[in-house]
Amino acid sequence: MNQMTSLSSLSRSSLSKKQAASVEFRNVTKRYGDVTAVDNVSFTIEPGKLVTLLGPSGCGKTTTLRMIAGLEMASEGQILIGGRDVTHLSAADRDVSMVFQSYALFPHMSVLENVAYGPTVQGVSKKDANAMAMEKLEIIGLKGLEKRSPSELSGGQQQRVAVARALVLEPQVLLFDEPLSNLDAKLRRRVREDIRELQQSLNLTVAYVTHDQEEALAVSDRIIVMSNARIAQTGTPRELYEEPADLFVADFIGDANIVTGEVVDGAGATANVLIGGVNVQLPRRGASQGPVKLAVRPDAIMLDDAAAAPGKIMGTVKKASYLGTQVEYEVESPIGDLFVVQYGRKDPIAPGTPIAISFATQRGIAIVPGA
Amino acid sequence: MSRATLGWIVLGWVGFALLPWYGFDRTAVPTITDYIVGGSALVHGLRGAWWLLPVLLPLLISLRPAALPTRSDNSTWLIASGLLGLGLIVLQGFTIGLNGWTLDILKALSGSNGPSQAGMGYGAALTATAFLIILCHGLAARGWCRGDAFVTSSIGIVVALIIVFVFFPVSTILASAFADNNGDFAPVEFVTKFMDKSIWGLDCLTSDLRCGVAWNTLFLGLLVAFGTTALGLAFALIATRTAFKYKKLLRVMSVLPIITPPFVIGLALILIFGRSGALSSVLWEWFGVPRSRWIYGLPGVFIAQLLAFTPIAFLVLIGVVQGISPTLEEASQTLRAKSWTTFLTVTLPLMRPGLANAFLLGFVESLADFGNPLVLGGNFEVLSTKIFFAVVGAQQDQGRAAVLSIILLAFTLGAFWLQHAWLGKKVYTTVTGKGDAGIPLPLPRRVAMASYFTAIPWALFTVAVYVIILVGAFVRSMGRDYTPTVEHFLTAFRVENTDHGFFFSGSAWDSFFATVKVAALAAPLTAAIGLLTAYLLTRQRFSGQRSFEFGTLLSFAIPGTVVGVSYILAFNVPPIEITGTGFVLVMCFVFRNMPVGVRSGIATLSQIDKSLDEASLTLGARSATTMRRVVLPLLRPAIVASLVYSFVRAMTAVSAVIFLVTAEYNMATTYIVGRVEAGEFGLAIAYSTVLIVVMLVAILAIQLAVGERRLGRRSASTSASPVAAPAIP
Repeated sequence: MNQMTSLSSLSRSSLSKKQAASVEFRNVTKRYGDVTAVDNVSFTIEPGKLVTLLGPSGCGKTTTLRMIAGLEMASEGQILIGGRDVTHLSAADRDVSMVFQSYALFPHMSVLENVAYGPTVQGVSKKDANAMAMEKLEIIGLKGLEKRSPSELSGGQQQRVAVARALVLEPQVLLFDEPLSNLDAKLRRRVREDIRELQQSLNLTVAYVTHDQEEALAVSDRIIVMSNARIAQTGTPRELYEEPADLFVADFIGDANIVTGEVVDGAGATANVLIGGVNVQLPRRGASQGPVKLAVRPDAIMLDDAAAAPGKIMGTVKKASYLGTQVEYEVESPIGDLFVVQYGRKDPIAPGTPIAISFATQRGIAIVPGA
Repeated sequence: MSRATLGWIVLGWVGFALLPWYGFDRTAVPTITDYIVGGSALVHGLRGAWWLLPVLLPLLISLRPAALPTRSDNSTWLIASGLLGLGLIVLQGFTIGLNGWTLDILKALSGSNGPSQAGMGYGAALTATAFLIILCHGLAARGWCRGDAFVTSSIGIVVALIIVFVFFPVSTILASAFADNNGDFAPVEFVTKFMDKSIWGLDCLTSDLRCGVAWNTLFLGLLVAFGTTALGLAFALIATRTAFKYKKLLRVMSVLPIITPPFVIGLALILIFGRSGALSSVLWEWFGVPRSRWIYGLPGVFIAQLLAFTPIAFLVLIGVVQGISPTLEEASQTLRAKSWTTFLTVTLPLMRPGLANAFLLGFVESLADFGNPLVLGGNFEVLSTKIFFAVVGAQQDQGRAAVLSIILLAFTLGAFWLQHAWLGKKVYTTVTGKGDAGIPLPLPRRVAMASYFTAIPWALFTVAVYVIILVGAFVRSMGRDYTPTVEHFLTAFRVENTDHGFFFSGSAWDSFFATVKVAALAAPLTAAIGLLTAYLLTRQRFSGQRSFEFGTLLSFAIPGTVVGVSYILAFNVPPIEITGTGFVLVMCFVFRNMPVGVRSGIATLSQIDKSLDEASLTLGARSATTMRRVVLPLLRPAIVASLVYSFVRAMTAVSAVIFLVTAEYNMATTYIVGRVEAGEFGLAIAYSTVLIVVMLVAILAIQLAVGERRLGRRSASTSASPVAAPAIP
């Protein structure tokens, strides 16, 4: 793994002869018989950005990625790469490469043959193809292993061969389909940083599919959250976390307690919201007077096992789990059962203890519009 | 507009304007001008065969997209050209036959017999193919199959071949069953023929008379299916669940019958149990047991088929028994079930689909078997032999043969349908992706005992049969004269060294060379078409895929005799007049054996991650390149399996080819059957031994030539023996 550090020493000019391209979907729909896998989806990925398609399994994110690659054909709508309409082009004719979930390394070829496959089938001479492949293997830190067969490499090394193979044609767009799902937890964090670093140093346009919200938050410039074949919300990681567009996004991105509150004033940038008798000032987000749904992050709830005080909601701890850096609680309260995470506290509160609940108002609570 | 499309447009013109449109007139020796230009459709058309000229129109249409390659509506022009061209060729081919108009309505309209034409030749074949490909390229340009012309063309070609060589003959046989001997529609005659007492009679229940041939066939089929399944299960249990010492021998024995021509076992039985057989002679001389003809009839056919088809049941069941997850049995045992209870309540029910498969295969194989009933049947008639005698016998009644064929076809298709309906909905997956650390349960004592008591005597019997085959080839006459001799081999395979070089004067050489030639041609074709079909079925999505799959498997379900009769009926007259050629033999083998290539291809392909293909595609390789560089190297085991299977089947098949052979293309098997009928058992056995040896050599050669699949695993997992591809349709 230590060769990977050589990444930072990369010079941009050595690779990006081509300009990174944008990817645009215009009202794209994909149907399989009666099933609609992707329903009227439009978005744009700007050149040189890393955009994540995030969602639970079956939401259509992988189908969307495969439509960028040309492995699936859109039933309706238009797909543009670098401003050029590629809707009807086959995968072989698009300037797009993909890193597969299973890596899809050809088992009957060596590492070098795998990486040189792209140029070879394009008609590049074997010598040049091997040179191109060696260059990418060096970038990726696998020089010296090129004679091995894929099955003789570790999971992380295989993953990097797959990346090298995808990079070798210097594609306009690079696609990742859950590239980390076959790696163990420690390696995952490291490889995702490597991918991000590679993307930024080579100025690549990257579309990245994952169902892991933490992974998405960590690597993305923008995130497209998908649910039931549609886009639920698009935005930067911060926007999604702090201003979820609906209950689904609120719940999917970093767990949220959905509680009911009431807006008591009618206008202004901030709204006065009553939650179980406690008054909180929140960005209005278009909410009018009356009941609203609120997304309350687990770490935005404070628990206090000292005596009750005015302006606090009383509750009872039902369960406590000690997880090292944090303690997780399940709390019973008048505003519903809450999931609470507390950091930096030594002794967990014992189950059954009555506690007072208050809110950290600066962040972690948002009005969910239209819910 | 790709270069490939352009190339096919040019080939279309070449086929029309340069190559001979019609097949050769066999009486005249073709000159070189007949070959090029002179016999072409263009020249024929201008000289009076006006019906060929309309084909020019679609050829001209195809020039438009060739001339204006950048236009966006090119796909429409290509599709129009292809459809119209194919339509016109088929229309003229089927309306104008050797004796004028083929439809009475046209005769009446034109008031004359009409023009006549011969069967199509190279030119017609090339032009028709070109139109087909042009059509497929047009469809690809329309975005079919992700715009992949290679895929659409492959689908087009496979579909066309299946239509010509499977559906067309089958529909011809259906049509002729409903026609009288003049070719007119006669449903009443069909009903009389169909309800005939010799087919459905039940006299054997009430009197000494014989039962109908349909009942005979069904009864034999059920007996054989039951017997092979039971024996196969016993062998499979011994091979997987006991510490039996001679498991290797079992494996060898399971392969032997596959490379044995089907009637050889029947022949060996005659040599043992026949009136002058080895055992009969011993019994008569030592114990005074009179010689009898009991082996001719149901008992003989039954024993022969049991010997021949038990290995197939074994191969099916060994896979099933191995596939049962030992953890399930361990779970049952931890729940306090005794081993007998576990076997009865867990193991056996999980084997049910395998048992059903083995049963149906045994049934279908018995129905389709032709060689053994022919050799051993005596007065016991089954459908397959009855069909044969209806065609070649004194009756010469093709209509009757067609009716019998339909009954046989209905039985087999019915069996497959039952299997599908019963097993299709049930899921018995016990092999999962998770590692299974369980240890298989040892067999309960009584099951083990039962297995040993059925399997071991049977195995000894099989060994005895093969010893007889070997001995029979090297002695003067089994049962009478045991003087060792190589006389039989000399008669068949004598090579004389004359002044003009070697002269193959042995009587068997002609048929031997013809067989090897046909088998060597058929094997690679079968493998290619089979694997291409498997690739299309597993890796591509297109509408009509289910019926496409059904079509490819249909030919496997059709008994050989039915195929033989239908090929005679369909390909004896223009437009496709190919009986009597080696080509029809090759095509017959290709489509009879293709389903095995498809099956083994599908099995192997479904183990290969689909994203490998996709990775290749996203790296800019087209489907054809991907196929060549990624799929084929990984398909090696399937290639070996289908090459071996189709080669072996082409060497050993009797049922279909017996209708199609000619003096020029006599096959080894039909030659041997002829020797058997003439009573020359020694020669027949000697020839069969040679065939078995040749096949063994060929299998080894194929293994060597195709090579192992390189997966770069440190310990290459050995796949099952290539010939062991179970023929599950």
